[in-house]
Amino acid sequence: MNISTTGLPGSADVKPSIVVEGVTVRYGNGVTAVNDASFALGAGTICALVGINGSGKSTLFKTLMGFLKPARGSVSIAGLPVRQALKRGLVAYVPQAEEVDWSFPVLVEDVVMMGRYGHMGFLRIAGQADREAVEQALTRVNMLEFRKRQIGELSGGQRKRVFLARALAQGGQVILLDEPFTGVDVKTEDAIVALMRELRAEGRLMLVSTHNLGSIPDFCDQVVIINRTVLAAGPTQTTFTHDNLQRAFGGALRHFRLGGADLHDDDDQRHVTVITDDERPLVLYGKRESETLAPGKTNGAKTDGEKDPAP
Amino acid sequence: MIELLLEPFGYQYMVKAIWVSALVGGVCAFLSCFLMLKGWSLMGDALAHAIVPGVALAYLLKVPYAAGAFFSGLLAALAMALVRVRTQLREDAVIGIVFTTFFAAGLLIVSINPTSVNVQSIVLGNILGISDEDVIQVAIIAAVSLVVLVARWRDLMLVFFDENQARAVGLSPMRLKILFFVLLSACTVAALQTVGAVLVIAMVITPGATAYLLSDRFGRLIWIAVGLGVVTSAAGAYASYFLDGSTGGLIVVFQTILFLLAFVFAPKHGRLAAARAARAVSESAP
Repeated sequence: MNISTTGLPGSADVKPSIVVEGVTVRYGNGVTAVNDASFALGAGTICALVGINGSGKSTLFKTLMGFLKPARGSVSIAGLPVRQALKRGLVAYVPQAEEVDWSFPVLVEDVVMMGRYGHMGFLRIAGQADREAVEQALTRVNMLEFRKRQIGELSGGQRKRVFLARALAQGGQVILLDEPFTGVDVKTEDAIVALMRELRAEGRLMLVSTHNLGSIPDFCDQVVIINRTVLAAGPTQTTFTHDNLQRAFGGALRHFRLGGADLHDDDDQRHVTVITDDERPLVLYGKRESETLAPGKTNGAKTDGEKDPAP
Repeated sequence: MIELLLEPFGYQYMVKAIWVSALVGGVCAFLSCFLMLKGWSLMGDALAHAIVPGVALAYLLKVPYAAGAFFSGLLAALAMALVRVRTQLREDAVIGIVFTTFFAAGLLIVSINPTSVNVQSIVLGNILGISDEDVIQVAIIAAVSLVVLVARWRDLMLVFFDENQARAVGLSPMRLKILFFVLLSACTVAALQTVGAVLVIAMVITPGATAYLLSDRFGRLIWIAVGLGVVTSAAGAYASYFLDGSTGGLIVVFQTILFLLAFVFAPKHGRLAAARAARAVSESAP
């Protein structure tokens, strides 16, 4: 089967993109969950979606999945309306752990095979290509040896990797990841991040909803910060700033600052700011109020926000 | 001895009862694999009771009983939806009120017109005395349902497991859920003839629940459940010849015995296996 000429699901010839324009989403009870949100993302991107609980992150995800229809505005994926993009299997989704029924009688390989449905015929009978795709995907996330396990028998990190494998088997060019680091050990987190970097290098587009503020500068090149609307969107360097986070989180964030006499004996003006949304904290170090971040290790380590040599 | 065992097959009504029961038992078991995973069991029970007045009226008016059942099932579903939207009552309370009301209405209709059909055959089933027209209705319903299930079970599995993924591969969860409930209603109507309104729920729960203890794979689970459904239903009908007992009662008793056996002896999820595993853990610990 020649995928590129038939334009079948997961076609690699499609250039992934997400364009959200003036989107307003209302629920049946009249509550407006997202108002006039706009942002645009292109191929080869890992974008973090940041906001407090109830800020509209999951609403936005549901809208991108076509589950909710915007009352106003438009969403297009790879230049297509959401429904058509879904029909072509362009959008893959990695769910939150709580959304999955772990006692469901399916094996690891069955779950990954679910990513192949769009590639199969009417009766969904797996062919050679489907079986190979499943095997490759499982190998890629290092889970091949667990293929015959029932999914509930896996650890938190292994479960996440199975669903990542499903997204890979599907061949989705746009991958939505909902809280991929929740309940996952550091080793798995690193493995997931490494895989996401590979996928970015392949030109795919990933949108990651996360509370793990500290690791965002490590691997996300774009950030969308929301609270009922898009507060800021753009490159991590210029967008993921103290000021923007302050606006998004307000008092909902654990946030403290060490500076001056707490930190130094001399009259060094720099201070350490720690911002945490339950998971790995974001640590800022520098003089100004609105330090910008350079990518680098932020897990308690000093950021390169300032060029001054350390005291 | 052999002659005695083969005796039921000498009677046409017994042969008919056995194969119709087996067919219905198989399809219901197929559906049970899905129903038991979603916490919708009460809904299945409600459906079985809610169709009783429709069946009673259909016999009274001499129209195909499946049409009556369908109409009254639909009415019950609408009633449940209405009560649910208009009150703050919990879902199980709403279902409880509506299905008992319908069931009571059905019993009333039957008891006021004792000539049309007797109460016992609706409540407990009457497969041994099933008419040829009813056999045709049941067979068509069951066969069509089976074909649809065989063609669509993988899609249904995905919707039951992960609706978002179903959407991501271009399926419509809403449409597939409606399909499932249409099939469930149809098979409930069919099973009414074999085990009666009260025991239908066992047919659409127990085989799947038993198979769940025996397999971690959905495809295999379906095979096991359907096998159990077919064998217990045929055996129930067959055994009722000798015991002169209720066919529905026997079918459900057989299904329950198999469930209990699986509960204790299932290789991985049974109680004995759990005890073995616990022992292994405590022995390996210092």
